[in-house]
Amino acid sequence: MEIVVCVKQVPDTTEIRFDSGTNTLIREGVPGIVNPFDKNAVEAALQLREKTGGKVTVVTMGPPQAKNALKECIAMGADEAVLVSDRALAGADALATSRALAAAIRALERYDLIICGRQAIDGDTAQVGPGIAECLGIPQVTCVQKIELDGTAARVERETEEGYDVVESGMPLLVTVGKGINVPRYPTVRDTMKANRKEIAVMAAAELQACVRKPGLGGSPVRVRKISAPPPRAQGEVIQAESAAEAVDALLRKLSDRKVI
Amino acid sequence: MNFTLTPEQEDIRKLVRDFAAAKIAPSAAERDEKELFPRELFAEMGSMGFLGLPYPEEYGGAGMDFVAYAIAVEEISKACASTGIGVSVHTSLCSWPIYKYGSEEQKKKFLTPLAEGSKLGAFGLTEPNAGTDVGGAAASAVKDGDTYVLNGTKVFNTNGGEAEIEVIFALTDKAAGPFKGMSAFIVEKGTPGFSFGKKEVKMGIRSSVQRELIFENCRVPAANLLGKEGQGFKIAMSTLDGGRIGVAAQAVGIAQAALDYAVRYAKERVQFGKPIASQQAVSFMLADMATQVEAARLLTLRAAFHKSHDLPYSKEAAMAKMFASDIAMRVTTDAVQIFGGYGYSREYPVERLMRDVKITQIYEGTNQAQRMVIAGNILR
Repeated sequence: MEIVVCVKQVPDTTEIRFDSGTNTLIREGVPGIVNPFDKNAVEAALQLREKTGGKVTVVTMGPPQAKNALKECIAMGADEAVLVSDRALAGADALATSRALAAAIRALERYDLIICGRQAIDGDTAQVGPGIAECLGIPQVTCVQKIELDGTAARVERETEEGYDVVESGMPLLVTVGKGINVPRYPTVRDTMKANRKEIAVMAAAELQACVRKPGLGGSPVRVRKISAPPPRAQGEVIQAESAAEAVDALLRKLSDRKVI
Repeated sequence: MNFTLTPEQEDIRKLVRDFAAAKIAPSAAERDEKELFPRELFAEMGSMGFLGLPYPEEYGGAGMDFVAYAIAVEEISKACASTGIGVSVHTSLCSWPIYKYGSEEQKKKFLTPLAEGSKLGAFGLTEPNAGTDVGGAAASAVKDGDTYVLNGTKVFNTNGGEAEIEVIFALTDKAAGPFKGMSAFIVEKGTPGFSFGKKEVKMGIRSSVQRELIFENCRVPAANLLGKEGQGFKIAMSTLDGGRIGVAAQAVGIAQAALDYAVRYAKERVQFGKPIASQQAVSFMLADMATQVEAARLLTLRAAFHKSHDLPYSKEAAMAKMFASDIAMRVTTDAVQIFGGYGYSREYPVERLMRDVKITQIYEGTNQAQRMVIAGNILR
């Protein structure tokens, strides 16, 4: 079983601030972390490998420092890592990123299952996972909360508002996963030190050229016109009452006044 | 001169910080309230590799240095000071003398499970009448065939009752006195004649455990003698020199936690129509606190650097321990002040930090004893 996990190094959004003067994000000094959903993807891959054997390869596209994200995934237990990195790829939107990652995955010897986090916490588009599947022409299931493999077929649970759908598919298959699927493991000290010594393959745009004619900004139809911060959320209201019954009455009155019910 | 951590040391900080934030911090207040020793956390830290950081991989350690170890103790203590001292005692006071003075066989048998974290360690020197003055020690060990027979009492034993391995000091030659007649022994929990007395009820570090150890005709294999007969005092003092780096790191961690809470609160708390951080009286307090924490951290890491590079570190460790614990007492007190009435409330975390930090001025040599060590060094 060859499992590929796509990850993204993102700024730690808990530490990011917004410059209201220039309408831009202040990214300086903000540490880069592995996108949290992608850690769930790595964990899911490791758990499947523990059951079925095989290999887990982590792939990311980003600047050279994105290697740190790959090292963290290796420390968690991934076998191999590929960094797709090239100045020509700068400015890539979700479509161009999907194409580049699909090309990198196609360059691998074999892939049976691709797991992505459901979305990155910086862009929040949730488009790259599905984009990769489209580029590769393979089936995809998004927002998966459970994966079972049976030889050449996969049986997965897809989260829905009401519960979950059970979807069966052949392979290769791409799934995206959310937080519900597992709790990612912490890398141990020893595995982290080992990961530091691991060579990480770097793939340049030229190696992807055959598959991606227009990498980076040139192949990205999305243009960002303006970024603005949402208005700060108003503080919630606490209903203080003598008893639960009175509090419920007060709540019902408020909800009906605002025509919520 | 280089003030940057190595990439490996940075990795350790991140690993321990993430782990501590997720696994140690959330239950710290409850464990303090209920005086619960987190044995399961120690097991988990052991499998993560946190309990043998500075020891070679061949003995189950992580093969890192004492700087990485100090960073780990700081990060753990930032989340929970009680857990921090448990790690410090285990690593510095129990594992280290076995690593430094133990035979190959002793290292294989005792250091390996300690460094792997499958067993917990402790260190028994203090007695009811022998605190700062180790000369008052009375516990004895009499050789009888291939065993030593231990009698006596140790008090305030951190990790006591939980630890499977204790390094215990006892007089093998009463006439020679403690300086020349004391020896160190590795004593395993469960050895007949070794039992536990009362558990201390304390002001702070309430989820750390300190127990009385009682030895009544306790027969310890002669193979468990650490170093040579009569080397005990030297082993104890050199071990405590290293232990002080752990206590200094613990104090830095507690002080950093207090500073972080105070900064956040000062930015959020509005009085007179603006955040209290915009009052110079408060912002200057924060500036002083931040400077003191930074200075304490540098002293601590320097002592750890000395120890890692086989440079003298007795004076450096004493300075770091004394300074870090003194400023940590001040910083945590100031954090309570900045929180005002809420700071005094047990619903907020800073009063716990203030209670926890007091002991760092007392244990592993009072800060008065540290001044004796420092003065002794500079007046030689």
